Amino acid sequence: MTDYILEVKHLKKYFPIKNGPLRNNQGAVKAVDDVSFTIQRGTTMGLVGESGCGKSTTGRTILRLMDKTDGEVLFNGKEVYSLNKKELRNLRTKMQIIFQDPYSSLSPRLPIGEIIGEAVKEHNLVPKEEHEEHLNKIMASCGLQPYHKDRYPHEFSGGQRQRICIARALALDPEFIVCDEPVSALDVSIQAQIINLLEDLQKEYGLTYLFISHDLSVVEHICDTVGVMYLGGLVETGSTEDIFSNPLHPYTKALFSAIPIPDPNAKIERIVLKGSIPSPANPPEGCKFHTRCNQCMEICKTKVPDVKEMGNGHMVKCHLFN
Amino acid sequence: MGIFKKSSTEGANYITARESRKISKENRRITDEYEKKKNRKVIPREEYITQMKNSENVVEFDNLHTYFFSDVGVVKSVNGVSFDIPKGKTVGVVGESGCGKSVTSLSLMQLVQRPQGQIVAGAIRFNTGKEVVDVTKMPTSEMQKLRGNKLSMIFQEPMTSLNPVFRIGLQIDEVIQLHYPDMNKEDIRKRSIEMLKLVGIANSEGVYKMYPHELSGGMRQRVMIAMGLACDPELIIADEPTTALDVTIQAQILDILRDLKNRMNSSIMLITHDLGVIAEMADIVVVMYAGRIVEKGTAEEIFSNPSHPYTIGLMNSKPAVGKKVDRLYSIPGKVPNPVNMPDYCYFKERCEMSISDCNGAYPEQIQLSPTHFISCYRYVNDKGENQ
Repeated sequence: MTDYILEVKHLKKYFPIKNGPLRNNQGAVKAVDDVSFTIQRGTTMGLVGESGCGKSTTGRTILRLMDKTDGEVLFNGKEVYSLNKKELRNLRTKMQIIFQDPYSSLSPRLPIGEIIGEAVKEHNLVPKEEHEEHLNKIMASCGLQPYHKDRYPHEFSGGQRQRICIARALALDPEFIVCDEPVSALDVSIQAQIINLLEDLQKEYGLTYLFISHDLSVVEHICDTVGVMYLGGLVETGSTEDIFSNPLHPYTKALFSAIPIPDPNAKIERIVLKGSIPSPANPPEGCKFHTRCNQCMEICKTKVPDVKEMGNGHMVKCHLFN
Repeated sequence: MGIFKKSSTEGANYITARESRKISKENRRITDEYEKKKNRKVIPREEYITQMKNSENVVEFDNLHTYFFSDVGVVKSVNGVSFDIPKGKTVGVVGESGCGKSVTSLSLMQLVQRPQGQIVAGAIRFNTGKEVVDVTKMPTSEMQKLRGNKLSMIFQEPMTSLNPVFRIGLQIDEVIQLHYPDMNKEDIRKRSIEMLKLVGIANSEGVYKMYPHELSGGMRQRVMIAMGLACDPELIIADEPTTALDVTIQAQILDILRDLKNRMNSSIMLITHDLGVIAEMADIVVVMYAGRIVEKGTAEEIFSNPSHPYTIGLMNSKPAVGKKVDRLYSIPGKVPNPVNMPDYCYFKERCEMSISDCNGAYPEQIQLSPTHFISCYRYVNDKGENQ
């Protein structure tokens, strides 16, 4: 039996639109609409898609940083949303998040030692005497020096701040980390350092990542499995090799063809998607992608396609394969 | 914090208050001199009318030095940059943040923050179509006639570069109105709508009446491009035009830029840190590091035969789709402190290929082929044949 650390079943997250003088509900923004996937222990799953497709909301709903609307999130076989306060508090140490922008996600008034150590103290993870030692060990594994502890975030560069964010997540000895676009705010050469660091830490601590990104080349490099999201729903999931060598869904194909290749002689047949992503408050009928799809059929406009397995765990949600 | 520490303490990131005061006093003296020259009531035309070295170029950067006189010392943001932008070509400028690529373009637009930022030496020759001017010596009043007209700029953040309280139409109209004062209102409106159509906005009449917040990021960037193109510029400076956008939208915007460049026969100076975008768009590539050009050449040469260790490192550190590597290469160390740069090669401390010659002064530019130039000691003697 495969050891799944996380199972997400039919997760939904709607944000109500309140309007008018009585602030009554007028529909909802369907940010995450029926998303199901599983992550094996010790692997990295990538979530890709355009901005506004619900990648980050999925990540945050899994961590229960936001309440779900419907569905199930099983972490180590336990439903995250059924836990009481005390159990949830214990769970928090097991699930952590690294945010996109290292400039706004660190408190400017706390020294680095406090930022990394605060939650450790709060959860009494290590005895008081060993606290400093624990911090030094974590900081060293993230490439920070012990004397950095007394410094403030403004004294660090973007890459180092991201290291601090990683150290903060790692200090609690988590099993699962959601990386919400951890490298997109960084320079190319710094990006490589942070990606290498994340990979090293995964090996050392046996971590599981949910890697949210819109940079497909980074996702291909770091992830074992990939899920492609469009307008709140997963359109294709599978192993990285399958998805990148044999993309099936028209959206995935278009997305991959849009990646600029660093070779001036490479000729790519580009599928340019027309228009922009429709509003998630009022998604199109049938298949959500049919308004921009270049292989749209009659059935796509009326019927929502089923998820179909194409072998080797490669799932696709499109009428072309039914 | 800095006031209580002595400059002799480790790190040397701090200077004493006394030192800081001394520096600012000295800075004020230097910048006042430049400002005085700049603010003269009458600047004779002969001072800024020049000749191009090569009439095929739109812009020639000639040994440009743009310095910022800050309270901790002089930051040499652009330190001797020379390159040409030929007519109808796209020149890509690549480099990490803080390497001076944006300051180079701002110098061309005369938008460097004064009085701290000053162009201290060098020339930027710009062919307006009628005459050739040296932008660095031009008075502001004359420059205003060029900006947005012959020279236009597309910024990185379409969210912050449009004014949220004015309608899209009004913002484009304003540009045309300013540069063509004799056009009547109806003609201006027609031209604005035509511009919006040109950048691929289907509902151009509708968008004309909208506010920026009603548009998505890609649409806003299109509006910015429409605004930039409204007056048939000779040169479009695109400062990271797609960094804030998704890949699919990025592909659309790059398509538009390429198409419009050919249609309007203008040149593009494309500033970005994405090598993929450069490979796709640029004819000529300029690689900058710490305020200097380390390598320049045609796109073909740079991508098939990258020669400077920095260029090679930059290319290896970006994962590419379809290329599987176990571990990404990362350039060790970080960009040196911009204050008090050393007088040897700026990349020496991060370079894994450095040789004993690298301890000498900053390397001269060496020509590898008619169009390929590089500043590196590894090529001084053997012209790169053995590398």
